[in-house]
Parts: sequence; C-alpha cells; structure tokens
Amino acid sequence: MNPEFLNTLGSIVGTATPLVIASLGETVTERAGVVNLSLDGSLTLAAVLGFAAAWTAQEAGVLDVPGQIALGIAVAMLVGALIALLIAFSSIKLRRDQVAVGFVLTLLAADLARFLGANFTRIPGPQITRYAIPVLSDLPIIGTILFRQNLLVYASYVLMFAIWYWLFRTGGGLTLRAIGERPEAAYARGARVQRLRYWYTALGGALVGLAGAAYSLNVKPGWSSPPAMQGDGWIALAIVIFGGWHPFRVVLGAYLFAALRAVSSNIQTNGLFLFGQEISFPFVLLNTLPWLLMIVTLLVVSGGLTERLLQYMPRAVQRRLRAFLRSDPPKALGTRFELE
Amino acid sequence: MTLRNPTLTRVIFLLLPIGISLAVAAALVIAVGRDPLDVVDALWQGAFKDSRKLGGVFNFWIPLSLVSIGLVVTFRAGLWNIGVEGQMMMGALFASWGAQYILLDESLAALLHILLLCLAALGGMVWAWLVGALKIRLGVNEIFGGVALNALVNVISIYLISGPWQPRIGGSAQGTEPFPKPALLPEYAPTFPVNIFMVALVMVAFVIIYALLNRTRWGLNLKAVGKNMRSAQLLGVATERTSMSAFLVCGALAGVAGSYRVLFTFDNLRPLASGGIGFLGLLVVLLLSIRLLWVPLVAFAFAAILTGSTRLQIAPSLKLDSSLAGVMQGMLVLFVILFQGVREVLFPVQNPTPSSSPTSQGGESQTQQVSFSQGDGDNIEAEKR
Repeated sequence: MNPEFLNTLGSIVGTATPLVIASLGETVTERAGVVNLSLDGSLTLAAVLGFAAAWTAQEAGVLDVPGQIALGIAVAMLVGALIALLIAFSSIKLRRDQVAVGFVLTLLAADLARFLGANFTRIPGPQITRYAIPVLSDLPIIGTILFRQNLLVYASYVLMFAIWYWLFRTGGGLTLRAIGERPEAAYARGARVQRLRYWYTALGGALVGLAGAAYSLNVKPGWSSPPAMQGDGWIALAIVIFGGWHPFRVVLGAYLFAALRAVSSNIQTNGLFLFGQEISFPFVLLNTLPWLLMIVTLLVVSGGLTERLLQYMPRAVQRRLRAFLRSDPPKALGTRFELE
Repeated sequence: MTLRNPTLTRVIFLLLPIGISLAVAAALVIAVGRDPLDVVDALWQGAFKDSRKLGGVFNFWIPLSLVSIGLVVTFRAGLWNIGVEGQMMMGALFASWGAQYILLDESLAALLHILLLCLAALGGMVWAWLVGALKIRLGVNEIFGGVALNALVNVISIYLISGPWQPRIGGSAQGTEPFPKPALLPEYAPTFPVNIFMVALVMVAFVIIYALLNRTRWGLNLKAVGKNMRSAQLLGVATERTSMSAFLVCGALAGVAGSYRVLFTFDNLRPLASGGIGFLGLLVVLLLSIRLLWVPLVAFAFAAILTGSTRLQIAPSLKLDSSLAGVMQGMLVLFVILFQGVREVLFPVQNPTPSSSPTSQGGESQTQQVSFSQGDGDNIEAEKR
C-alpha cells in the first residue's frame, strides 16, 4: 500500500485521540446517568492549565521532560474531574438541573481558560514525543497506522478495551449500567447509587481533562486564543450519542469525524483534483462538513427519520437495521435519583 | 436553622452568591498580580465615564435584551435554544443582504429600516425553524441541533465575507464593505451613539411578550408544555405547534438583535458578529430562573460589565484579558443557581410548587427536558403504535 496514505491514516489516528478520550470519558459519565455538558469548556480549561503546569515546571527546571508532561497531564485530569464533580454535586446534593449547570460551566470554563491563558499565548512548551512500539510497529499496514504514535494514543486504545471490558464483562460494570438505567432497582439490590455516580462522573471528567492535555501537549501544542479545540467538546458529546454509549462505536465515530476533518483540510490546502482536472469550489464551505455530519448522524440514530424509512423495508431487514442504526440513551440519563 | 423570616432568607440568599462570586473574581485578579479595586474602577470608567460610554452599554443592552426576552419564551416551553447565537447571526446575514442589495433613496430610509428588520426577523426564524423541525419532527435534541447550526451559519458568513461579498479592494476575511448610508440605523447624537427607535422596540417587545406569556392561552400552553409535555398533550394542547411557535418567536427576536450588530454597531458584516451575546442571553435568563420581569435590568448590568471590560485591556495598571467579564458573569450565574439549591435544601418549602425554571424544578419535568436523542414527537408515535 502507498506509504504516504498509511502515514495519513496514522496522523488521523493521532489527531483523533483527544476526541476519542473525551468521548470515552463522557460515555462513562453518561452510563452512570449523569450528563456532563461542560465538555467544550472543561476541555479548554484543562488544556490551558495542563500546559501552564508543564511549562512552569520546564522554566523552573525542577523536572525532566517526562516529569513535566506527567505533571501537565495530572493537572489537566484534576481540572476535568473537579468540574465534573461540581456537576454531580449540584445535581445530587443541591438538586439542580445537570444541563443548566453544565451549560453555565461550559461558558465559565472557556472564559476562565482565556483569562488564565493570556500569559501563555503562543509560547513553546514541552511536548509528548512519538514512541514506536518495538515489534508491533514493524507489522505491515497496521504497524504504521496504529503503533508509531505517542503514549497517549496507546492509552486511548487501552482505555477503549478497558471500558468495554468493565461495562460488559464485570459485575462492577453491570452496576454502572444499572445506576444509569434503573437506579431504583440498582439501589434495591444494594448499589450505592449516589456514591457511584460521584465516582464515575469524576472518572469521566478526568478523562475529559486528559483529552484536554492531549491537545495542548501534543495535537495542538501550546495555547492560543481563540482556542484551537473550540467546538470539539460539542462534537465529542454528539459522538457519544452517535456511538450509542458503546465504547467501540464511540471510538469509531471519533475516527470518522477526524478523518472527515483531515480530508476537508487537505482539500483546502492542496485543492481538489478529479480525473486530472482541478475542481474549483469555495473550499471554505468544507468547514461545514463536520457539523453537517453531526446533524446527519444524530438524525440517523435518534429515531424520527430512521423509523419512517424503516417502514419501507422488508420485515426481516427492519429489525436488524434498527438495532444497528438506533441508539437509545441510558434511561435515567440526566435525572436525579432520590429516595422518597 | 433559626431563620424563620422568609424575606430575610431571600435577601441573604440573593446577596450571598453575588458576594461569593465577586470574592472569587477578586481572588483571581489578585492571583494574576493586579488590584481588584483597579478592576472595579476600570469597569466603571469603561461603562459610565461619559454619555458615549453609556451609549456603548445601551448598544450591548439592545441585542442582549432582545435575545433574553426571546429565550424566556423558549425556556417557558422547556426548550434549550442554544441555537440562539446562530439565529442572531442568520438575522445579521439576512439584514446584510438587504442592506447591500435593496438600494433605496435616503428619503425612504425609514421604510428601508423596517424592511431590513423584517428580513432579519425572517432570517432568525428560518434558523429557529430548523432547530425546531429537527427537534420536533426528527428527534434531534435541540442542544446539539442548535450547536451545529450555530457553527454552520458561522462558516456561511465567513464564506460570504471572503467570497461573494468581499470588499472590492483588499478582500480579506475581516468584513464586508460598510453598508450604504441609508441602510445604517441612525444614532441619536454623536455624544450618545444609540438608536432610540431600537430602545423603544425592546420595550415594546418586552411588554408584548409579557402580556402574551401572562395573559393569553398561548402563554398558558407554553407553560403546560414546559412543565409536563405528556399531561399538556392529554389536556389537548397542540404541543408540537406550541413548541415550534416558541422557537419562531425567539428566532425572530434574535434575528432583529443580530441585525442591530451589523446595521448599527459595526456598519458591516463581520465574522462572529453576534459576539457571544446569544450565549450571554442564556446566562441572563438562567440567572433569573426564567422570570421575564427582571430581564431588562439584569441585561443592563451584564451589558455594563461587557462594555466596561474593554477598558481592562487598555488601562495601564491592568492590561488584563477582557474575558474577565465572562468569568464574572459565569461565576455569578453559577453561584446563584447553586445557592438556590442550598436554600431549598436548608429551607424546604412545605407545599412545593415546582417553578417552571430549568434550574429548580421537579424530577418529572426534568426527565422530559433532558430527553437526549429521542424526540418527543417520536415518543408519542411509539405509544400510538
């Protein structure tokens, strides 16, 4: 296969990683029945604070480069977890609407990021370096695509399998799904619903923070205003719906979005050639594609239209196609659990 | 708790979040090595130093009030119209089209202005209709539909500015050429650069929407749909049509708000001309637990902070990013919402009358409000089957 093409696929996997990690984090949170709507803001704040921490350590010269990176990642994860915990707390203890608090935090965190990041604009800082896995990177095709990346990318693979395994193959995962679907039943069987919701919301938030660090320490190094990752939080939230709250499908969705973006930005810089003819077209409009894809995928998985189209299909196909296309949210998503 | 006086409790729980958010903002300012009092002074100077500055406050207040009034309508119906920013932008685009292609003589300026404002309302309604149709007919959650449509209209505006509408000389992505003079809304006086007609329009919109919400069947239907879609339907309310009407009203107001930005504030079309005012409107309405009465006042306070914040960058002792304004506003809304919760936990009401607020409501309507990815129309269809 064309090595250049393989390299492109490899870079798509690399640039998709923050989206992958953020959507996986949100999947965990929403499986527990909590919506963390603040993604677009918390990603940004985690990114800038993670970068600021790593850069400060670099300037102070107190840590070696891996140490600076680790510090940056730790700070970013803490920021993500704290914002998520605030949403969980306001819902569980203060009985506020998760969507309202999440939305306010989206705006607040983004503004806070701009305010605190003002002194870190466009300065170089430590970056996560590539690390080819010895044997695996020599494999034909997938070696180039998957195993000549950095550690965060490998972490995203592990996360995907780990979350899938936890959700569908362990007792703890069964409880996790139960508190998002039928918290009363889970409670009756001895699950500590509220405490678990805190834990999983924090865990999901920490992953969102990790995704923020993946931007500022790797994919979009450093900090600039307006932030380079603006809008990606919303895309990650949509990917979770598209992915039907299933880790594998969520990751697939994230890669799809990243691929579409890579194609459209490639066309915008290099032009579009079909059969040797250059096609002229206002390429700016290609920037609409990720958002159009977002609407279309939500349309397909959310019912209305799909149901209507399915009516025209033969019975036997109907059922399978519906199971394949539709995705239903955890039943208790966004609601509070209270014992009366 | 020994506090038995409800008025006192209310006052305390009003002042507490304000005080805490100010304290946090002050701590932030100190953390970056500046004096909070300098910030207060700069904000005040930036907003109220002279009548020109005050004019600036009004120029934010006009669009902010319009979108906030519109958002009260959609929130009443239990809808999260995050697409309001895009609806403003679409209004701005429609008005910009009219300003460039409907060429009337100076003497017909008044007619032209009315035409342009109607066009802008239409533009906002088109974009709001899309959010509504996606939500009601096709089951796409309005938050995500709105976010996507916001991004779409931004790309479209950048395309127009750098393509068909680019200035004849020096075409860049900065903005279109200034619109012809008759299209621009006139200012009251150079010392008070505000369009008085639009101030009046805000007040008229406020009174009309207030009357519609509180004195008509439509207002009652909105409330019913917002509180409990199922029972509203059982009571014979045309829920889909009511929801859509809420979107359209909000879209029209947002469209007019957007047009003010291009026909008065900027005199041309720029990328992101809506400038986050739609989102700020959401904050205003959330802060007030969707009570319309206080919208003009709170919008004025927010507009003053926004106008004043431009001085944060200029003032020699500060040189701070103007996003501090957003931080202050966000903190305030967050703490107000959280303290409503604290109050309810500490002083539970004997007969809970669930307010229609999205921030303080009973569990039942909440399930309905956060019906992710599954349209309400769809639910009903499924039940009929």
